[in-house]
Amino acid sequence: MSGVEKAFAAARAEGRGVLVGYLPAGYPSVDGAIDAIRAMVDAGVDVVEVGAPYSDPVMDGPTIQAAAQAALDRGVRTADVLRTVEAVAATGTPTLVMSYWNLVERYGVDRFAGDLASAGGAGLITPDLLPDEAGEWLSASDAHDLDRVFLVSPSSTDARLAMTTAHCRGFVYATSVMGVTGARSATSNLAPALVERLRAVTDVPVGVGLGVSNGVQAAEVAEFADAVIVGSALVRRLLDAETAADGVRAVAALAADLAAGMRGQA
Amino acid sequence: MTAGIPAGTRGPAPAHRELLEGGTPDGSGHFGRFGGRFVPEALVAALDELAAEYESARVDPAFTAELEGLLTHYAGRPSLLTEAPRFGQHAGGARILLKREDLNHTGSHKINNVLGQALLTRRMGKTRVIAETGAGQHGVATATAAALLGLECVVYMGEEDTRRQALNVARMRLLGAEVVPVRTGSRTLKDAMNEAFRDWVANVEHTHYLIGSVGGPHPFPVLVRDFQRVIGVEARRQVQELTGGLPDAVTACVGGGSNAMGIFHAFLDDASVRLYGFEAGGDGVETGRHAATITGGSVGVLHGSRSFVLQDEDGQTIESHSISAGLDYPGVGPEHAWLAETGRARYAPVTDAEAMEAFRLLCRTEGIIPAIESAHALAGTMRVGRELGEGAVVLVNLSGRGDKDVDTAARWFGLLAGEPTPEGRA
Repeated sequence: MSGVEKAFAAARAEGRGVLVGYLPAGYPSVDGAIDAIRAMVDAGVDVVEVGAPYSDPVMDGPTIQAAAQAALDRGVRTADVLRTVEAVAATGTPTLVMSYWNLVERYGVDRFAGDLASAGGAGLITPDLLPDEAGEWLSASDAHDLDRVFLVSPSSTDARLAMTTAHCRGFVYATSVMGVTGARSATSNLAPALVERLRAVTDVPVGVGLGVSNGVQAAEVAEFADAVIVGSALVRRLLDAETAADGVRAVAALAADLAAGMRGQA
Repeated sequence: MTAGIPAGTRGPAPAHRELLEGGTPDGSGHFGRFGGRFVPEALVAALDELAAEYESARVDPAFTAELEGLLTHYAGRPSLLTEAPRFGQHAGGARILLKREDLNHTGSHKINNVLGQALLTRRMGKTRVIAETGAGQHGVATATAAALLGLECVVYMGEEDTRRQALNVARMRLLGAEVVPVRTGSRTLKDAMNEAFRDWVANVEHTHYLIGSVGGPHPFPVLVRDFQRVIGVEARRQVQELTGGLPDAVTACVGGGSNAMGIFHAFLDDASVRLYGFEAGGDGVETGRHAATITGGSVGVLHGSRSFVLQDEDGQTIESHSISAGLDYPGVGPEHAWLAETGRARYAPVTDAEAMEAFRLLCRTEGIIPAIESAHALAGTMRVGRELGEGAVVLVNLSGRGDKDVDTAARWFGLLAGEPTPEGRA
């Protein structure tokens, strides 16, 4: 059982959903991001997604773009992403990388998989890699025992849901709305139907992301999904903070709110 | 009119392709190791729908008749083939034949593709088109087709480019399009494309992303090539009528590469015809300030397909530089990458200075003001002509006219009040 699968089993045993928290590596600095991620883990995040900053993030809204661009402007490298993974994974929390494909391909797919595994990383979420194009990654992730999380969408056909989930390990990332990342005031009404269609074709746990920004919304999503994925709302706390320490505190406070919501305490 | 547009775009696999894996492209849009689809899953349904709709449209006589009608009676096709003897004297005495895409409605080859995709949009029952634009030519063409067919139109344009090409912004707005200045990243064409993809992911149900070049995820590289293929189909026949044979070489500028694919494709199976693509060399490839993706880039994934990309060691996209906004893009269509790798076409850079010299020369020798994009093809043609020698026949794709570039050219040559004359500039 992979670290991610253990986290799902543990949450299930407690009768609650898994909370997945996303923050990009390198913002506000490499060490600052590590501090913020550790703080969200301490506040109740079960699984971490470390975002690899990329120059052309077509799946991301303005919040994540802004943090990623700032990280790149400060010279953050793929090696820094792996260093972040190592520091976070050392806490014992399953740690995935979320990366646009070109960064992995450029690093070398097998080399990336090997270095990610060596850093203690649990696997990779690939927002712009379809299983159709993933031959090299399927082999490399098998060779290095890494989870692979592909995305599905409300517009995916049932056939594609079945095909995509057959290639997922850890969980499948269900994008709850037609759109890019970003906090939204109301949760999506497309998500429950998508999760229901997924249940019909797979036993892989389902994580729902895009738009969740508080404990109440997290609780709503946890009603029908195995995991709730929160990104932009956490990144927003860092962007709005006056100091790095304020950012860490704000991230911890939101993570605590989300975790409480999912334990029925919102 | 030309036979089979776009119906004639598939034929028996030609000899040079049988040497290589599969057809071009294979069923999922791969040209060898290039092409494919690297997109969020949310777009797959729309891409599949587009591919299926195109497959049915291209063999539907009603669709091809409507497209041919628009190309003839609206865009002004077939475009002329003009011999340029005075320019040819500067190109080793070669016979230079200009394919006059600059004379099309809206002033460039862009209209060919836009009319085809706008008709497909309507056929899919979609009511809104979005587009990215650099110099503004594709944006203007898209706004034009949207006005013609009554479609809502939003054009994404880097903020930097909206300043450089203010007149084209005004043109698009006159045509009823909304122009959205993009303020993310480098604020140029690649960022406009990112923003268009984000819009498409969110609005894909009623929106078609009308990509302007032969890049992007499958089926765009095939679709755009096929809609541009009319250029080469016409030119091949026109050259034969004029000279009794095929040209010795075909030249075109390459940014994303749609005008080049459009003129190359009809000649791919003519082994005697050399194909040359000229990339934007900016200040010189060795300076790092250029947009010569095939010459100076490496294999990577950008904007939905695998091709050559200007990127750093980590795979972050590097900003491109060119005097020509239309070539100022760090990627290139996957079929060009494949033609380069197989050696069927050759690609070389042309610097800003070389392009502007060719620009000046065509103005002075032939009375034609070319787009600065097309001036890159002209500069390359001068080299090719000298290499092939007197009497060689070189077909050049004059992809656009230079009206939009008068301001840039006037600054380059110092023609504004109180500045030196062109001769004053080395």
